[in-house]
Amino acid sequence: MSGPRDRKERIDRGIKVRSDGLYAVSSIREMLYLSGPRILLIAGLLLLPLLLDPFPYWRRVINILCVYALLAIAFDFLANCVGLVCLGGSMFIGLGGYFAAVFNVHLHLPVYLSIPAAALAGAAVSTLLILPCLSLRGVYFAIVTLMYPLLFTRVIEAFDLLGGSNGITGLDSIPGPDIENYSILLVLLAVLFGLRRVLNEDIGLVMHAVKDNDQSVRASGIDVVRIKALAVFMASFIGSLGGAYLAHVYMWAGLSLFALDFSIIPIAAVTIGGGGVLFGAVAGCLILVPLSEFLRFFGTFRIVLYCTVLTAFIVFKSEGLMPYCTRKYQQFERWADA
Amino acid sequence: MEILLFGIINSVTLSLTALGFTLVYGISRLPNFAHGALYVTGGYIVWLCVNSLGMNYFAGIAVGIAATAIIGALVYRLVIRRIRGMQISEIIATYAIGLAIIEGLRWGGLRGSTFTLPSFFAGTMKIGGIAVDHQRLFVLGFGVVVFAALGLFVKCTKTGLALKAIAQDERAAMMLGIDSDRKALVSFALGSGLSAFAAVLILPLGSIVVETGYNVLIYSIAVSIIGGLGSWGGAIVASFIIGFAQLLTEVFLSTQYQMVISLLAIIATLLLKPSGIFGKQKELDDRV
Amino acid sequence: MSILTVEGLEKTFGGLKALTGVTFSVKKGEILGVIGPNGSGKTTLINCITGFVRPDGGKVLFKGGDITRWGAHRIARVGIARTFQVMRPFYSLPAYKNLIIPLWSPRARREGGWRGGGRHGDRDTVAIDILEEIGFERDSRVPYKLASTLPTGYLKRLELARCLALRPEVIFCDEVFSGLSASEVASMLPLIEKLKMGGITLVLIEHRLRELFKVADRVMALQFGEKIAEGHYRNVIEDARVKEAYLGIEEI
Repeated sequence: MSGPRDRKERIDRGIKVRSDGLYAVSSIREMLYLSGPRILLIAGLLLLPLLLDPFPYWRRVINILCVYALLAIAFDFLANCVGLVCLGGSMFIGLGGYFAAVFNVHLHLPVYLSIPAAALAGAAVSTLLILPCLSLRGVYFAIVTLMYPLLFTRVIEAFDLLGGSNGITGLDSIPGPDIENYSILLVLLAVLFGLRRVLNEDIGLVMHAVKDNDQSVRASGIDVVRIKALAVFMASFIGSLGGAYLAHVYMWAGLSLFALDFSIIPIAAVTIGGGGVLFGAVAGCLILVPLSEFLRFFGTFRIVLYCTVLTAFIVFKSEGLMPYCTRKYQQFERWADA
Repeated sequence: MEILLFGIINSVTLSLTALGFTLVYGISRLPNFAHGALYVTGGYIVWLCVNSLGMNYFAGIAVGIAATAIIGALVYRLVIRRIRGMQISEIIATYAIGLAIIEGLRWGGLRGSTFTLPSFFAGTMKIGGIAVDHQRLFVLGFGVVVFAALGLFVKCTKTGLALKAIAQDERAAMMLGIDSDRKALVSFALGSGLSAFAAVLILPLGSIVVETGYNVLIYSIAVSIIGGLGSWGGAIVASFIIGFAQLLTEVFLSTQYQMVISLLAIIATLLLKPSGIFGKQKELDDRV
Repeated sequence: MSILTVEGLEKTFGGLKALTGVTFSVKKGEILGVIGPNGSGKTTLINCITGFVRPDGGKVLFKGGDITRWGAHRIARVGIARTFQVMRPFYSLPAYKNLIIPLWSPRARREGGWRGGGRHGDRDTVAIDILEEIGFERDSRVPYKLASTLPTGYLKRLELARCLALRPEVIFCDEVFSGLSASEVASMLPLIEKLKMGGITLVLIEHRLRELFKVADRVMALQFGEKIAEGHYRNVIEDARVKEAYLGIEEI
């Protein structure tokens, strides 16, 4: 009996159902199904430097890609897991980069110390600066994060601080392109899977609750401002880490660390790749960063392009690539009778 | 005395630039982060009309303002209407559009400082022994007139009252038959047009530079936060505060500190009285 | 012995005086009912006492200590819990996971005698126990259902469970009977009694007078932000001002 077929129904694939429960570990096939994508991601990323070995330019692109991915993860975390929309990711990069420069050049800390120290310092300063607006509505957070990078740029220029328009030069480089690539790749993977693990813990649940329903959280005896501050600290640590790393790769810390790209690309990456799961952020970067390199030729047009694509995704309420792919992987669709 | 005069001029100028932003937020609760971009666009269109198309200056101005208003209306219709209510998306979308416009203009050729608009009135006048150029006085006078006109418009005309009603309680207004979507479109177009209008008045004092787009956005946000998001009286008071602060720093310190002052003022406001001077909105929206 | 004392509480919103000079005290272990027509300031009263809104004047004393200007989470931590009139469960979570958030708070960890962060098993058991206390059938699927799929009666109980997870000394219930059928309310009453017998002081803001009077020890009436009567319910409903305020409502 076939009436009008106008309803699509989605049914979990057999293999997904079988691998959902305890029995997953009893079959190689199911285990592969579950861990396949993850292994693909990890292996893919780790093999990338080897694959691109004949192209040193593109090996360096891996570095910048990882930094963007870190920023995108931080944005995704703040926006979709805690409800704070950060419009100024470049603030973290800039702070991390300048701190690394100060620690390395003026305080003579070696590379492997200056990077973590700069990440901590950047996170601390970011959190302090953002703290006043955490007890206010979300708009204020967006506004304040938007402004800080612009403020920093103008202050550094105006007061000719920290090298002014020329920046601080003379940072130690990271020993060797292999270490350059693999250190940041490993950090990225650690942050990605580590953060996902944290989000599955109670604290992650509380943060999600803050995003959805902060009144009930307050009524449950939890200081919402403190939770938000913790989230900001975590995100800014990740961002500043990337910034510190980048300063050492360039061997220079300058105003370009506060560039608009660092604020926009993470937002675009998360919108395109899909928010909330952190993998989408990485996927989005894998698409956008190489694209950005190709578009470098066109000057600031690339920003126009990102913004247009970003707006299109927002307007058409697209869920992003990752959720789409996940759905395809886990379910199949068929038309059914209404 | 000199400080007083230039302080007032500076403040009124500032409040004019913030006008479009304040209007749109005050009426439709829409944070229009494309405001700065629309400001620069308005000025640029006028320049194009006058310099590339050889139009008469006033015709060019009319076209510029109208064009910007239309752009604003288009932005609303195509983009914002579909995401209304989700404030975060509104912010990101308008910000992205603003950026696209600003960087698009930069890529399209708006570089360097050769783009200027001629002043309306050349020459200077002496007030109480101080030389002030006519253009600035014109801005001052016109600004006051515009504010008075807007105030009357909102209080006396049907559309104005409708806009005010929507601002106070959107649902009640809808129940009374006021089409809030249509009015939001109108207010957005109006706000964009006003941005262009302000640009036309003020840009002759300098040149059209793409960075102005960012600066205007920052100043508008600063004025709104310090005065209280959504409060017009607050915006005016805040413009005066920032206007005088800027002038004083320029006189006693140096021009470079101007932006810094605004941004520091924002932080101070957030720390001391987050809802702004006349802000009616409570800190964390109490929906209890 | 008075556990909570409110003196001269004032709150003005713009031009509207929501509360003027409200003074009363709550005895430990009693059930105090608060009644009044719409707009009399009942919810504002709860908001001011529990720290969601800052009062413009007056004092709130809890066990002798001044908590007037404290924030909401601090007051919750000290043992005063509240429900919301417009319910706010965590819709995307199953019922028992809704309790993870209050159980995670410092007070629950302190008073509940279990250590957070360690073993999920423990914590989940505590959550299911609390749900059982308030009437969710233990062995059924109900505690595991998503909050968005639960009917109103269960959601009201979930609100109470959220409060209970804090092991509070006082619970403010904002119209907890509203939206329920007569039989559902009838089944809530024993729960209220049970809470009282467990030593918890309850303040019930209610419109459903008949049911309220079955459990309340004392009743207080508000109108236009002022207290107009207080005492045993029979005396309160006979009060002339209360009758006038409730003009149009059928005789109980």
